[in-house]
Amino acid sequence: MPEIKTQEALRSAFLQHQAVIGSRLGIENSNNCSILVCGGTGCHASEGEAIVAEFQRLAALHKKEKIVEATISGCFGFCEKGPIVKVFPENVFYVQVKKSDVEEIFEKHILKGEIVQRLLYVDPATKLKIETSEEIPFYKRQQRVALRNCGLINPEVIEEYIATKGYQALAKILSETKPEEVIAEMEASGLRGRGGAGFLTSKKWAYARGYHNEEKFVICNADEGDPGAFMDRSIMEGDSHSVIEGMIIAGYAIGAHQGYVYIRAEYPLAVQRLETAIQQARAYGFLGKNILQSGFDFDIAVRLGAGAFVCGEETALINSLEGKRGEPRTKPPFPAESGLWNKPTIVNNVETLANIPAIFQHGSEWFNQIGTDTSKGTKVFALAGKINNVGLVEVPMGTTLREIIFDIGGGIKNGAQFKAAQTGGPSGGCIPAQYLDTPIDYESLASIGSMMGSGGMIIMDEHDCMVNLARFYLEFIVEESCGRCAPCRLGNKRMLEILTRITDGLGCAEDLKELQSLAEIIMDTSLCGLGQSSPNPVLSTLKYFMDEYEAHIFDKSCPAGSCTKLLHYDIVPEKCIGCTACARNCPVNCISGSVKQVHTIDQSKCIKCGACQTRCKFGAVIRH
Amino acid sequence: MNTIVTQSPCCGETTNPQFQKLNAYLDTLAIDQKDPRRKDKLIMTLHYAQSLFGYLPEIIQIYIAQRFGISHADVSGVISFYNFFTVTPKGKIQVNVCMGTACYVNGADKVLREFERVLGIQTGEVTSDQKFSIESLRCVGACGLAPVVTINGKVFGKVKPEQVPDIIEKFLIEETKIEAEVINA
Repeated sequence: MPEIKTQEALRSAFLQHQAVIGSRLGIENSNNCSILVCGGTGCHASEGEAIVAEFQRLAALHKKEKIVEATISGCFGFCEKGPIVKVFPENVFYVQVKKSDVEEIFEKHILKGEIVQRLLYVDPATKLKIETSEEIPFYKRQQRVALRNCGLINPEVIEEYIATKGYQALAKILSETKPEEVIAEMEASGLRGRGGAGFLTSKKWAYARGYHNEEKFVICNADEGDPGAFMDRSIMEGDSHSVIEGMIIAGYAIGAHQGYVYIRAEYPLAVQRLETAIQQARAYGFLGKNILQSGFDFDIAVRLGAGAFVCGEETALINSLEGKRGEPRTKPPFPAESGLWNKPTIVNNVETLANIPAIFQHGSEWFNQIGTDTSKGTKVFALAGKINNVGLVEVPMGTTLREIIFDIGGGIKNGAQFKAAQTGGPSGGCIPAQYLDTPIDYESLASIGSMMGSGGMIIMDEHDCMVNLARFYLEFIVEESCGRCAPCRLGNKRMLEILTRITDGLGCAEDLKELQSLAEIIMDTSLCGLGQSSPNPVLSTLKYFMDEYEAHIFDKSCPAGSCTKLLHYDIVPEKCIGCTACARNCPVNCISGSVKQVHTIDQSKCIKCGACQTRCKFGAVIRH
Repeated sequence: MNTIVTQSPCCGETTNPQFQKLNAYLDTLAIDQKDPRRKDKLIMTLHYAQSLFGYLPEIIQIYIAQRFGISHADVSGVISFYNFFTVTPKGKIQVNVCMGTACYVNGADKVLREFERVLGIQTGEVTSDQKFSIESLRCVGACGLAPVVTINGKVFGKVKPEQVPDIIEKFLIEETKIEAEVINA
């Protein structure tokens, strides 16, 4: 690979490769056919790679007739409909493609120009087939900044990133801009950290720049631990180079020469793509000594996490990087003053870093115009749970929950009723239906008892029990609490015991007061962000779903029908014809009755698995 | 694959191939026992050792501690902190059920319970024939496929409890085939 030494050399590399991206963006006319297949983890699992191989096999057979190039790309975001295949230049969007469909797409579409109708997306509202992604409601309201290259380029080919003007922002900064000016530009952009707390990125950088030290560090926090969140994973799998470029710019701004990416070991594909990208960047001379002959040195190393949620907290992450137990440190001193090996360190989230090259490419003014007064730019959300369109969604700050859930997300699965959205994972809260029109930004989410968090958004419907959900999150917190400070270690355990009692139907009125006071104490007295925010799921469900708590405690019933210990299965004698299907399928043999006789369930032995209800063809088994 | 480490590697004299690989890996790290920052490669080393042995037996912990010039307590403290590391062997077929929120609200707990019922072990345990072990994971990030189960790295999406016996049987047949091949060879 040729090393790029100057801005001009980078520009000519861009000109050399831009055609391939240009045809995908529809800017350039091309007769060549380009096929992109999603290679994110979700689609990877459902044979994304086999689909590419099949296209390549057919392309080789037909190379005389047409030049066809098939590659993997980063996540398109529409995971619900994966694996997704995009065919350019027509920009046709095929959904749920199987390996066996490839031949048909090739024969009909690529060779004859006929679109394969049966693989197109069908709009559930209008029942119309939609050919291009731009017309699909899921994409219409999105604005992609951090995800700009995901699903556009092959993440394993650096030339494709260069073809999107990649590394040009870096080259310009290194040759023309002083570090102070870089920080000033960041300040003008108004970018705030996308990892959760929403601290101004420029401020972090300015503090770290202010401390004089020979050694400083840039850390990319890729320890995406929120269950149900996969924004950072998708960015690293789909566009690692953006993160790398962002890190180099950050290093230049604060005066650091070494960067680390701390990434979850649960993300093997992201680790592999990131390592490939770092090697390519090194070969091209964007990492290493004297980058683009500017005299500036910077390199990046990858470090794996080992499955500890608390390591997403920046000081715990730093301890883990040093090879220690990942327990948080007391702040102050903040990492910007004394971080990794007690040197000035900045810790930025993956999404934050991916925004940076875009800000310098288009200018801070452009970025500043997106979003609300206090929250600038866009935010990526991982939409999951009981929603029709599970996937990655990037919207301008200020978009309402209703727009995300109903317009983009396509509403609730199986036509059920929306009950709540959980944002911010185990540290966030549940947002009930009355706040669906809240514009999403850092401040308004905090004001209704939740938080932006890193961007996980789990949608719940009427069949989800909010008490059980609070218990689920507490179970998570208890398992993940590092144990360093007592309020979090002991307090959360007590809260979990109380909630388990309530969901088992053994709760009493005092439990509610106890929960409230424990939650407030834990919030006020814990050392780190994990402990301080751990009672949020309990507090927000207490606030908005008190009726469910009361039903569990006083009526010993679970309105959502999800807490098994509060459920009863019974056989309606009038409907039972005595077919014995229920009795034969009961795993604990607690149903008695002979052929053509009404059956009965022995409640003392019933484990409430629901097998009898599933097997009964006559609707004779009821749950209440 | 699990390998029971029977020979003591403390003196560095062993023919155990996994152990030799670990030794070679440690050599490439060129650890300077006086460098106060040497521990930063400890977690990576533990990942590598676990990938070789399937778990981190005490004897390996002590050896790694010696090579880093740190105490065994230091190494063991790190291992016990992180969920990813295990000091007990796992089954040949490792069933991991994702218990992230998206999988949970789509019924992952029922899938997990069905695996426990069919295999007759609890999460975190190994069957008596060492064939199966069950773990629950925190979000593999494939929420579009919820609930997700991974078995020896293969991902199964949108799993229903009633599919569990079939999935187990499939792996059992494959495993028996491999064993038969080994015996015949």
